[in-house]
Amino acid sequence: MIQFENVTKRFPGGHDALRGLSLVVEKGEMVFVTGHSGAGKTTLLRLIALIERPTSGQVIVDGQNTSRVSRRKIPAYRRQIGMVFQDHKLLYDRPVFDNVALPLIIAGLSHRDAARKVRAALDQVSLLNKEKQFPETLSSGEQQRVGIARAIVSRPKLLIADEPTGNLDPDLSLEVMRIFRRFNEIGVTLLIASHDIALIDQLGCRRIPLANGMLHYEEEEDVVAEYAERLESERGRTG
Amino acid sequence: MKSADTLNAPRSSGPIASWTVRHVSTAIGALGRLARQPFASLMTILVIAVTLALPSALHLLIKNTQSISASWDNALDFSVYLNGDTSIDAARRLADIIRQRADVEEVTLISADEALEEFRDQSGFGEALDHLTVNPLPHTLVVRPGSVNTEASLSLLHEELGNLPEADMVQVDTEWVRRFHAILDILQRSIAIGAALLGAAIFVIIGNTIRLDIQNRREEIEVTKLIGASNAFVRRPFLYSGLWYGLGGGLLALALVRYGLYALEAPVTRLAGLYNSPFSVLALDFGESMLIIGAGVTLGLSGSWVAAARHMRRIEPR
Repeated sequence: MIQFENVTKRFPGGHDALRGLSLVVEKGEMVFVTGHSGAGKTTLLRLIALIERPTSGQVIVDGQNTSRVSRRKIPAYRRQIGMVFQDHKLLYDRPVFDNVALPLIIAGLSHRDAARKVRAALDQVSLLNKEKQFPETLSSGEQQRVGIARAIVSRPKLLIADEPTGNLDPDLSLEVMRIFRRFNEIGVTLLIASHDIALIDQLGCRRIPLANGMLHYEEEEDVVAEYAERLESERGRTG
Repeated sequence: MKSADTLNAPRSSGPIASWTVRHVSTAIGALGRLARQPFASLMTILVIAVTLALPSALHLLIKNTQSISASWDNALDFSVYLNGDTSIDAARRLADIIRQRADVEEVTLISADEALEEFRDQSGFGEALDHLTVNPLPHTLVVRPGSVNTEASLSLLHEELGNLPEADMVQVDTEWVRRFHAILDILQRSIAIGAALLGAAIFVIIGNTIRLDIQNRREEIEVTKLIGASNAFVRRPFLYSGLWYGLGGGLLALALVRYGLYALEAPVTRLAGLYNSPFSVLALDFGESMLIIGAGVTLGLSGSWVAAARHMRRIEPR
């Protein structure tokens, strides 16, 4: 589904966010991109969403070489991918229903035709009773679920999420991950950037660990050790 | 997911129907957004309305003036003052002779007595005139040339009337009418130039309003683009905003002009009554009204189009 071939992304000023990164995500996989902030997780996702273009190398998404997607074709390309953001990126001037319906409206469906799909998507994130509310009246976790409903409403085969649980407490994070899991079970490929190792371990999904813009499997152990240490100290505090 | 065509967006209705639905809902949405900021929207519409109403009102002024002076155009009468010693019978005979001419439509004889009577009535010198022993006024023939006359034949008629032995003086008061028309022409052209400049102003006003609107909704545009909206999609509501501003401005301009006419009607009718004139104020006709609304809509659409094209492209998701 996703293939990176020797991808380098250099930002103006000489900072390399990704350095010769190669990776493959198979169809139907649920994969986490992990690493410290600045490791290149976000850049990786932005290359898939065509918010950025690679400096060199190729990004292939569902058999489509993204370097051949012209500026004019970007909107149609993006409509094939569901995207979830850490800061939700909801539109606060309209109710939940309209937020979730937006991808369908963009795709040319009438409000009425969209309604059934919107309700189905809201049902999947357990927000069916909140469709008339404005995002501001919802909790952070609920807002994130609205964002997820919006990402899946047009039934994309690929869903990418950048720190979807970054602002959520552990219970809500797990809830969100369970929702993702359910999508994965019906065949959606998911690529999720996250630094919440404990949560990822609970789910038992494959990890793509990044450090300094490169794959970095050795560091993984360090991170686990670091986490175990933190857990230990927390236990010590609460106990 | 191979290409955009396999998009998971089944179209239950036909492409034209869905196009219409999309545009109607965008248009209504844009109208709703203007309605949610009634004061700011009304200010913009009012500025456009005043800018459109100004040249429209001036145009109406010229049009009405022309309609008054149009009646003068047909009345390029020659006043032939006869010699003081011409008898009234001779004057009548002369009137009959001139009436025979092919280039003359009508001849009216104003006898010296009639002229004095009229002068007594209108000049306010009534009592002073009573002291006159003789009537100092001559008989006058008012000759109205036929409509077939050209500039040359008119001047020939003028000359021949002047050469009549009974004629003392021939007076034509047409020169000032021509000058007046020349002045009206200049005014009309100035208004056209002014209207063009004001049109440019509307273009800029709407463009600027839309630009601010785009800046205020920058985040929304970014998010919408991020989830796959095309430039056309994000531009559409702004074009409709421009359209509504223009349409609203055009309609309000018509209302302003109409109200202005209504306010002027009574005094104008009174003035016309004082001159025994059947003159009534000409309002904007259907074509002119449509032109004003059309100008508003066109300027609104083009202003917002240019602003949207300039600023929308630069807003990309970060």
